[in-house]
Amino acid sequence: MTSSPCYHCGLPVPAGSNHSVVIEGAARDMCCPGCEAVATAIVTGGLDGFYRYREKQSERPELAQPRDRWTAYDLPEVQQQFVHDWDDGNKMAALLIAGITCAACVWLIEKHLGHLTGIEKVSVNASTQRAQIVFDPEKIRPSQLFEELERIGYRPAPATAANRENVIQAEHRAALRRLGVAGLGTMQVMMFAIALYVGGGSGGVGEFEHYLRWVSLLVATPVVFYAARPFFSAALRSLRARHLSMDVPVSLAIGLAYGASFYATVFGIGEVYFESISMFTFFLLLGRAVEMRARHRAGLASGGLAQLLPMTAARYEGSEVAHVPVAALEEGNRILLRPGDTVPADGEVLEGESGVDESLLSGESALQQKSAGSPVYAGSVNGDSSLVVRVTAAGKSTRLSAIERLVERAQLEKPSQVALADRVAGVFVAVVLLAALGAFTVWWQLEPGRAFWVALSVLVVTCPCALSLATPAALASATLRLQQLGLLVAGGNLLETLPSISRVVFDKTGTLTRGEPRILKIELLRDGWSEQRVKDVAAALESQTHHPLARAFRAWRGNLTASQLKVHTGCGLEGRIEGLDYRLGRADFAAVLQPITSPRGEGQWLLLADTSGAIAWIALGDRLRNTAQDAVRQLGNLGLSVELLSGDQSSEVQRLAFKAGITHFRAGASPEDKLSHMKQLQAENEKVLMVGDGLNDVPVLSGADASVAMMSAADLAQSRADAILLNGDLQVLPQAIALSRKCRKVVRQNLAWALGYNAIALPLAVCGLVAPWAAAIGMSVSSLVVVFNALRLSRGKVPVENTGSQMSGLESGLAD
Amino acid sequence: MESLYFLIPIAMVFVVLAIKLFFWAVNTGQYDDLETEGRRILFEDDAQKQPIADVDREK
Repeated sequence: MTSSPCYHCGLPVPAGSNHSVVIEGAARDMCCPGCEAVATAIVTGGLDGFYRYREKQSERPELAQPRDRWTAYDLPEVQQQFVHDWDDGNKMAALLIAGITCAACVWLIEKHLGHLTGIEKVSVNASTQRAQIVFDPEKIRPSQLFEELERIGYRPAPATAANRENVIQAEHRAALRRLGVAGLGTMQVMMFAIALYVGGGSGGVGEFEHYLRWVSLLVATPVVFYAARPFFSAALRSLRARHLSMDVPVSLAIGLAYGASFYATVFGIGEVYFESISMFTFFLLLGRAVEMRARHRAGLASGGLAQLLPMTAARYEGSEVAHVPVAALEEGNRILLRPGDTVPADGEVLEGESGVDESLLSGESALQQKSAGSPVYAGSVNGDSSLVVRVTAAGKSTRLSAIERLVERAQLEKPSQVALADRVAGVFVAVVLLAALGAFTVWWQLEPGRAFWVALSVLVVTCPCALSLATPAALASATLRLQQLGLLVAGGNLLETLPSISRVVFDKTGTLTRGEPRILKIELLRDGWSEQRVKDVAAALESQTHHPLARAFRAWRGNLTASQLKVHTGCGLEGRIEGLDYRLGRADFAAVLQPITSPRGEGQWLLLADTSGAIAWIALGDRLRNTAQDAVRQLGNLGLSVELLSGDQSSEVQRLAFKAGITHFRAGASPEDKLSHMKQLQAENEKVLMVGDGLNDVPVLSGADASVAMMSAADLAQSRADAILLNGDLQVLPQAIALSRKCRKVVRQNLAWALGYNAIALPLAVCGLVAPWAAAIGMSVSSLVVVFNALRLSRGKVPVENTGSQMSGLESGLAD
Repeated sequence: MESLYFLIPIAMVFVVLAIKLFFWAVNTGQYDDLETEGRRILFEDDAQKQPIADVDREK
């Protein structure tokens, strides 16, 4: 069927689609008018180099929206949320740009906007998807910026969460500075330490020993007081909360070792441990920086709940319609909703009839028919015709906000996962402290002068190495590997919860499926018509509507043109093509004269007819993602049960579940239902991984033991999930679970090694038999073994397919 | 061996300088976007100044 992928977005080009653009001397096929328009805009701007520079396919753009869509952003009240004063009367707009896939996008945006008159400076950050645009308000309006960005295929939004962003940036920079200080400090101190170890054996550097100790102290001081400060403050916080976290033994070890080494340096007795202190600080900071970066990246991509609502609404003032900011809406206002508008507040329909897409709130994919008296909810999208609505609730009292509150509650009640390291830490700290105390008292009796040093060497030899490296090194390494696979880990505990997951729950629309209607089947009823002709006619008829189903036809849009288009809400469309009148829609509407029943089969059936009768049946439906079946099978191989939980009422749920190979499914679940279902599963001791994308999934995502949101998901869903699936490839999930199990294995090996090493080293240290150089070498080798073992996670393939049964066997062996 | 009394302080000075340089780099946003800036040099910058026809001929 398909010849070549779309040159712009890489999706297959449907047969019979006639869209192409000449890029770099050759005609390139495009899959839809959206891609064609974007590619044309890029080429006519002389920026076709973009296609050479880019490393990833672009996102498939939406069709251009009505031209006045962005004018709301010119209103002063709205502007003040994202536009700030800059120098010389210029202004700076902070925008959040969705659809940036690689560095070439940055180039394209900067070049394209740079060409416009009135733009002074453009700077785009690909990793945060933020753009700062300095412009001259006399020459260009903010709405034009939005329009131009949309023309080249990106989805702009005002970055109103700018304050939070500054906090994140400051935090990120501080972490980097600490890491730099710890890294450089470690290198220096290590160098001196080697000289000291050698000296300790042969006495050759005797005269320098004192000097080298002082220099080490000098270098280690900023490492402890600057770089390691977060550990001390976190330990203090956790002690105040009466809880022993990993930070406590870490701080204890660093603090005591530093204090003792300082004492030893000043008075020239005992041993120094500056190199160990610096190294632990560095490795720990490294692990935390990696984790923080991933978390911030996930957080930045979301603008939160507010971005689901439009910024302005069309309010009736007398008989005039005025655009006002949404914040100004009050109960009792009358507002106008045009086709394609997002509903800004909850309300009741006064006039008009239209289908409204509430999938964001309920997950229901079919349009809900609204007529006078029906309620509409903020966040849903008006479909095919205009409505006049009386506002009944705005702002915090809308149903959308209610869902957010549900989310907050779910998050509070989320089963708390105590990190493995933290659990071990509590016991381990107690054991080590007791051993140190015991050694001290015993030695105090025997030889008071050595008691303190023996106790200290117990602490240093054991504490940090075992715990602070074993787990974080493995977690950091696995997190990076997951990111390469396409799963961005945002929640800290995901890798520790994933191995124990027993059930995976999928949402339907947009998760298991592409979330976009497609033509499943065409049944011709009249001779002389080809499937291609049916598609062309239907596409021409659907060319002007915002109905979600119209998207199925957009590849063939423009092959024919229709005139006198008319929308019959809830029924279908009619229009004239090449002098003939056609109708497309429900059977009783399209073929009024000779009603016929639709064929049985999957999907939603539309009838195409002209004045003399029916022409063809067209079945539309959502398709499974290519990887869905394989992913479900592989999850099964890993010993997990898979379930489909959808807000959709239709029989589609059953069909898709069957097709994906899922036996447990549930349809028509509201967000509340989903959450209570999840709670019930958890009460039955199931550990649940939720995979979803819509706003209606957000409460479940927050409440599940672990959660993954799709990249295309609502912002709020992304920000509440533990991880984001970047490429939409569901097969990453079984890989991630396999990797997390491997990670747990590595963590256990590491802990076993560290504990084993300590079991030997501790008695020796207690007896005062460990020479400092031996302790240092033993500790370094031990650390290296642990780190290299952890690095194994970031290499090699993740075995899922073949070793599935083996893995689960191994798992049950490991489970305690 | 006595030279160590000079060499180590000199090394320390360099370390301090390196840390200062690193702090400056972090604070001026050099590490904020690690992907784009490294590739920017690969993008032709002069396409804008030349007429589009010339750019086409070059290819």
